[in-house]
Amino acid sequence: MARIFAVTIIVIAIVSAIPILRHTWWMAPDISTHGAPIDEQMSETMAEAGISFLASQILLAIFIWKFSQSRPGERIRTFPGGAMTMVIGAFLLVGTEVLALGAFGAKAWASIYFTAPAANAMPVQVQAGQFAFYFRYPGPDGKFGPIHPEMISEATQNVFGLDLDHDPDSKDDVVTAEMAVPVNREIHLLMHSKDVGHSFFVPELRVHQDFVPGLDLSVHFTANKVGRYEIVCTQLCGLGHYNMKAYLSVLSQEDFGNWLKQQASMQ
Amino acid sequence: MHDMSAHVHVAHHAPPTTFIRKYVFSLDHKVIGKQYYGLALLAALVGMFLSWLMRLHLGWTNLAIPGLHLLSSNGAPGNVMTPEYYLQLMTMHATIMVFFVLTTAPFAAFGNYFLPIQVGAEDMPFPRFNMMSFWVTFVAFFVLVSSFFVSDGPTLGGWTQYAPLSAVGKVAGPGEGTGVILWATSIGLFCIGQLLGALNFITTTLDMRTKGMSLWRLPLSTWGWFITSIMGLTAFAVLLPACVLLILDHVAGTSFFVPSNLVINDQLQPHSGGSTLLWQHLFWFFGHPEVYIAIVPGMGMISHILVVNMRRPMLSHRTLIYSFGALAVLSYMVYGHHMFVSGMNPVSSIAFSFPTLIITIPSTILVLVWLGSLYGAKLRINTASLFALGFVSMFISGGVSGFFLAQPSIDIMLHATYFVVGHFHMVMGVAAMFGIFAGTYFWFPKMFGRMMNETLGRIHFWLTFVGTYCIFMPFHYLGLAGNVRRYQAFVVDYMQPLVPVHKFITVAALLTGASQLIFVYNLIHSRFWGKPAPENPWQATSLEWSTPSSPPPFDNFGGKLPVVYHDPYQYGVEGSTGDYVMQDSPEQIQTVRDEA
Repeated sequence: MARIFAVTIIVIAIVSAIPILRHTWWMAPDISTHGAPIDEQMSETMAEAGISFLASQILLAIFIWKFSQSRPGERIRTFPGGAMTMVIGAFLLVGTEVLALGAFGAKAWASIYFTAPAANAMPVQVQAGQFAFYFRYPGPDGKFGPIHPEMISEATQNVFGLDLDHDPDSKDDVVTAEMAVPVNREIHLLMHSKDVGHSFFVPELRVHQDFVPGLDLSVHFTANKVGRYEIVCTQLCGLGHYNMKAYLSVLSQEDFGNWLKQQASMQ
Repeated sequence: MHDMSAHVHVAHHAPPTTFIRKYVFSLDHKVIGKQYYGLALLAALVGMFLSWLMRLHLGWTNLAIPGLHLLSSNGAPGNVMTPEYYLQLMTMHATIMVFFVLTTAPFAAFGNYFLPIQVGAEDMPFPRFNMMSFWVTFVAFFVLVSSFFVSDGPTLGGWTQYAPLSAVGKVAGPGEGTGVILWATSIGLFCIGQLLGALNFITTTLDMRTKGMSLWRLPLSTWGWFITSIMGLTAFAVLLPACVLLILDHVAGTSFFVPSNLVINDQLQPHSGGSTLLWQHLFWFFGHPEVYIAIVPGMGMISHILVVNMRRPMLSHRTLIYSFGALAVLSYMVYGHHMFVSGMNPVSSIAFSFPTLIITIPSTILVLVWLGSLYGAKLRINTASLFALGFVSMFISGGVSGFFLAQPSIDIMLHATYFVVGHFHMVMGVAAMFGIFAGTYFWFPKMFGRMMNETLGRIHFWLTFVGTYCIFMPFHYLGLAGNVRRYQAFVVDYMQPLVPVHKFITVAALLTGASQLIFVYNLIHSRFWGKPAPENPWQATSLEWSTPSSPPPFDNFGGKLPVVYHDPYQYGVEGSTGDYVMQDSPEQIQTVRDEA
C-alpha cells in the first residue's frame, strides 16, 4: 500500500507539472510596454515554486516508500543534522529565495504603479456600473465635463450624468460602449464606479485594477500591438457579473482618429 | 521546565441524569465536541451538495437539473439555474464550508473533545459558556440556511460580502436585502460562539493542566488548538463588530461602508460618507487569520497522528510549535495581499507582500520537519496515517501557489481568477479536510468505543486523494489562462476554449463527492456495528488513551486525574519493555528527546 501511495504521489506531481512546462494553458501574450517584468517574475516564480513542489513531493514519496517497510529489531534513525539544519537551511535558502522574489517583484510593481503618466498621455475615462463599462474621451478641448450623479440615467442614455446645457467642457465629450486606443501611445485611464465595486482586467494588457466606489483611481499603460481584446470585470458586482465585458481595440493612429470621429458624429 | 502546574478544580460537576442534560444541553465537553462534529458533518453535506449543483452548471450552463425547481422556483425556473441563483449557491457553499465546516470540525469539534483530555482535565473551566458556544453556532447555521426560504433567497455577494454591494440593500440585486441581514446575523452569532469557545480553550490549556503536564509536554494537537484559539479570539473579535456595522447600514440608515453619490437603477442612493475599503480591511483582518484557524488545528492533529504511526517523536517538537506560533503571528501581518488591486495605496502592497513571502519560511520548516521525521521512521500505514500523509502532500501543493499570490506584480495576472480558487481549496479546503478525516479515523475508537472499517477507509482515501488533485490542480491552469472566478457562465470569448476543462473538473467533483458517501456510511455503520475498540488501538502515549473507558466517563479519568511523568511522544525508548511509554506511566526511562 505504501509503495503504491509513493508512486501515486510521484505520478500526480509529474502529471501536474506537464501542462505548466508545455504552457498548455498559459497567460495570453503580452501587448503592453510594461508587462515584460511581470512575465519574467511569473516565470522565475514558476521555476522556484515548481522545483519546491516537485522536490518536496518526490522526497515525501521516497520516504514513504523507504520507511514504511517493517525492519524488525532496527531502531529508529534520526535525519543527519537534525531539525536545526532544516531551520537554518529554510532560513538561508527559502529566506534568500523569497526576499529575492519579493525584491524583484516589488521592482516590477513599482515600475508600473510608482511612475506618473507622461504629460502627453491620452486621457480616457472608464465608468463601471451594473453590468457594463462605458468610456469617455475628452474631445478637442482636452477636458472632461463634470459628472452629476443625480443626472445619471440609463433610460435617457446619459450614462455619465453630463449636463450639456450648463457645462461647456461636456459638450464635445465622446461617450462610447467600446474602448479604442491608438497603438504605442500612452493612455491615462481614469476609473470611476457609479454603483458598486467592479474591476478592469485585460489579460493581454497586463492591467488589472478594481473600481472603488467613492474613490476615483487611475492607471496608465501603452499598448504596442494592434488587435481586438476583451475587458472583463473581476469584482463580483451582482447577477450580471459574468456578462460584464467590453471590447478594447488597439488601432493604428490613423484608424483611431477615424474611429473617434465616427463615434463623435454619433453623439 | 518541569513545573508542576497549578491545577484548579473549577469545572467539577455531577454526572448528568436527564436526557436533555446528557445529550442536548450538555455541559460535557465531549458531548459538545460530538455535537460540533455532527453540525460540521451536516454542514459539509449541504456545502458539498451545493458544490455539485454549481459544478454541473459550470460544465453545462443550460442543463436542466431534475428537481432543482423544488429548491427554488425563482432560482431555477424549468430546473435551469438562473445567474443569480448560481451566485447565491456559491455564496452559501463558501460560507457554510469556511465557517461551519473548516472552523467547526478541526477546531471546535476535535478541540472540544480532546484538548481537555490531552491536558489531563476533567472538563473545561466554563462548561456553560461551552454549551452556549455550540448552541449559538447551531442557531447561526440555521439562520444562514433560513435565507434559502426568504422571498428573494440568500445573498449573492460571495463569502467576502464586499461593500457596497452588500450594504446598499436589495436595490443591488436578489438577496442583497434580507439575505445579507441574515448572513451578517448568522456570522455575527458564529463569532460569539467561537469567542466563547476560544476563551475556554485558552483557559483550559493554561489553567487546567494536570500535575506534571508542563506546556512543553502538551501533545502537538493541543498546541494546534491552543494557538488557534488565540487567533480565534482576536480574529472573530474584529469580524463581529464588522457584521454589526453591516447590519446597521441596512436597518439603521447608517453609511459605514457606503460612500456618497452611488447611482443604482438610475436612483441616487441616500447614503453618504462611508468607505468601501473599510469593509475589506475589517474583513481580511479576520479573513487571513481564518485561513490559519482552519489549517493549524489540522497541522497539530496530523503531526500527532504521524508521530504515533511513525513510532518516533518529531525531529523537533519545539520547532513545530514555534512554527505554528510564527504562522499565527504572521497571519495578522499579511491580510493586505487580498487587496493588491483593490485601490489600496500601492506602497502598502509591497509592505504586505514581504511578510506574506516570509510566511513561506515557517511553512517550509513545518514540511521539512515532517519529512525529516519520516526519515528513519517505522511508518505504519493505516487510513489515519494515509490521510495525515495526504495532508502533507496537499499542504505542499497548496503552499507553493502561495509564492505567486504573495507578489503584487504577479497578482495583476492571477487576482480573482481560478488560480486563487485552486490555491485556497488545496490549502485550506482539502488539506484541512484531510486533517479532519485523519482525526476521525484516528480518534473514532476513543469517541465511540468502536473501530472504523479499515477497508472502506482506504477506499475512501484513494478516491479522495486522487479525486481532489483532479479537481483542484486544473483550477491553477484555468487561472493562468485568465479564467475569472465567480462567473456563472463563460461567455467571454477567450474563456470559451476553457469550458472542456470545467467539464472535466465537474466529472471529477461529482465522483469525488460521491466517494464521501462511503465515509458517511462507514461512520454510521461503525458507530453501531463496528468492531469493539481495544483500549489503546494505536499504541499511543498521550492522555486520551489513559482514560478508563472508550468513550471516557463524564469526568474523563474516573475521578482520579492522571499524573504526567514524560514528554508526550516516548516511542522507541532505549531500555523500555515496549516500543512506547505512556505519558502517565511512572516507568523510569531515558527520555527520547529531540536535539533542537
